[in-house]
Amino acid sequence: MSTATEATKSSPRKTALNAVHRQMGAKMVDFNGWDMPVEYPSSGGLIAEHLAVRNGVGIFDVSHMGDIRLRGPQALAAVQHISMNDASKLAIGQAQYSAMLYPQGTFVDDVIVHRLGEVDYLLVINAGTREKDYGWVRDNTREYDCEVTDLSDSFTQIAIQGPKGVNTLQKLTDADLSQVKFYWLTHGTVCGLKNIMIARTGYTAEDGFEIYIPSDEATGAMVWSKILEAGKEFGIVACGLGSRNTLRLEGKLPLYGHEISDSINVWEAGLDRFCKMEKPDFVGKQALEQARGDVKRTLVGLEMIDRGIARDGYPVLDADGKEIGNVTSGSPAPFLKKNIALAYVPVEHSALETVLAVQIRSQAVKAKVVPTPFYKRPKKVS
Amino acid sequence: MAFPNEYRYTREDEWVDIDGNLGTIGITDYAQNALGDIVFVELPKPGDHVTAGQSFGSVESVKAVSDLFCPVSGTVKEVNTELQQSPEKLNQDAHGTWIIKVELSNPDELNGLLSAEDYDAYVKERAEH
Repeated sequence: MSTATEATKSSPRKTALNAVHRQMGAKMVDFNGWDMPVEYPSSGGLIAEHLAVRNGVGIFDVSHMGDIRLRGPQALAAVQHISMNDASKLAIGQAQYSAMLYPQGTFVDDVIVHRLGEVDYLLVINAGTREKDYGWVRDNTREYDCEVTDLSDSFTQIAIQGPKGVNTLQKLTDADLSQVKFYWLTHGTVCGLKNIMIARTGYTAEDGFEIYIPSDEATGAMVWSKILEAGKEFGIVACGLGSRNTLRLEGKLPLYGHEISDSINVWEAGLDRFCKMEKPDFVGKQALEQARGDVKRTLVGLEMIDRGIARDGYPVLDADGKEIGNVTSGSPAPFLKKNIALAYVPVEHSALETVLAVQIRSQAVKAKVVPTPFYKRPKKVS
Repeated sequence: MAFPNEYRYTREDEWVDIDGNLGTIGITDYAQNALGDIVFVELPKPGDHVTAGQSFGSVESVKAVSDLFCPVSGTVKEVNTELQQSPEKLNQDAHGTWIIKVELSNPDELNGLLSAEDYDAYVKERAEH
């Protein structure tokens, strides 16, 4: 089902938690060359996992994500050059959503930029683009005085997501998590491990944390089981990539190879607010300036009106049945209990309430353009 | 898991229960488990002709679409429309939840289907991969 862009041909790679997933009876799939859990029948399956994150807490192994560190006197200038958001706005301990672009204004990858220290930045990148991204960063920062290191294999990355994520993790760390705002990070002792990076980030459109622990198997298994134990009173379950995908889709968080790719630019993807055109030159800026007034297609949210589930790649039709675009991600939305999709369509078909259709096998099934994100988490004081 | 002895099975994980000239068709417990939460079922209409080995509809889980393959050829006599409202019944009791009933046009086709024992062996063989 996945439309992996760079699946590796060799035997799939494994995270340090692979044996733990198998022991828990997870269904495993090849995801961009990684042998990863897609869902855990012991958690009740994908829908139960999804709802646990919306209502309580869930835990994900996201160690397949990559990590690139830029450190040195010109680290900020290097990050500014290769990313579209304004990293000069980051305080130490703060993170931001951003993206690396090709000169034509299309996507190398989206990233979370973390500022760890005065001249120390960590980019967290996608699994399927790890090698490409590292090469891209290295090649495009050569003229800057900073050290670029691929730390991808140094961490086991665990995401603790959901409104009860903070309560769960707080039981295991001396860091005061109430002082860590969304998209900020801190360091603290976690499960007895010193100086662990704890970021209040995630890919579920929910509150939550991502922790970065040493990548040996014993440490991973120890922390994983302690989190499950700590979250028991909140109904914690282990979650796989299946629910990770439906959670991020409800929140309209882009997925590389779907909503963003090397043939889609920033304006089309609607990520304008993360692209700071006022900052000095960055790779892709010039092309984006030219492309700005000439956006022909745009990403819209669709909700199915008639019975049917839109899937990745299905054609989108206008009212006359003419093909006008494609679904980039489509699925039942377990929390919203609707069938939803993201799709690129010509701007003239993108107004809210426009009735379109999705070609599902032999049938054109009606859908309408709806506001996005489909799901917004309730605001509350934590 | 136990596969009922009185059913016959396809390699695409459907079962058929034969009573005279009528075949009652569903999916196996192995299939529902592999699919995960089933959220959508696309069904034929009574009177439609179905052909052994050909698709007669589909089931969808949250993450994937799977064709339903007909174990036998014939005419659809009845369709379990309850599945449109409650597709999760296929997860809850796959061997006790029928999808369609077909009047057989060629009973000889049954010889090409798997016994419970052979299907069980076939499931185990795939689990090893």
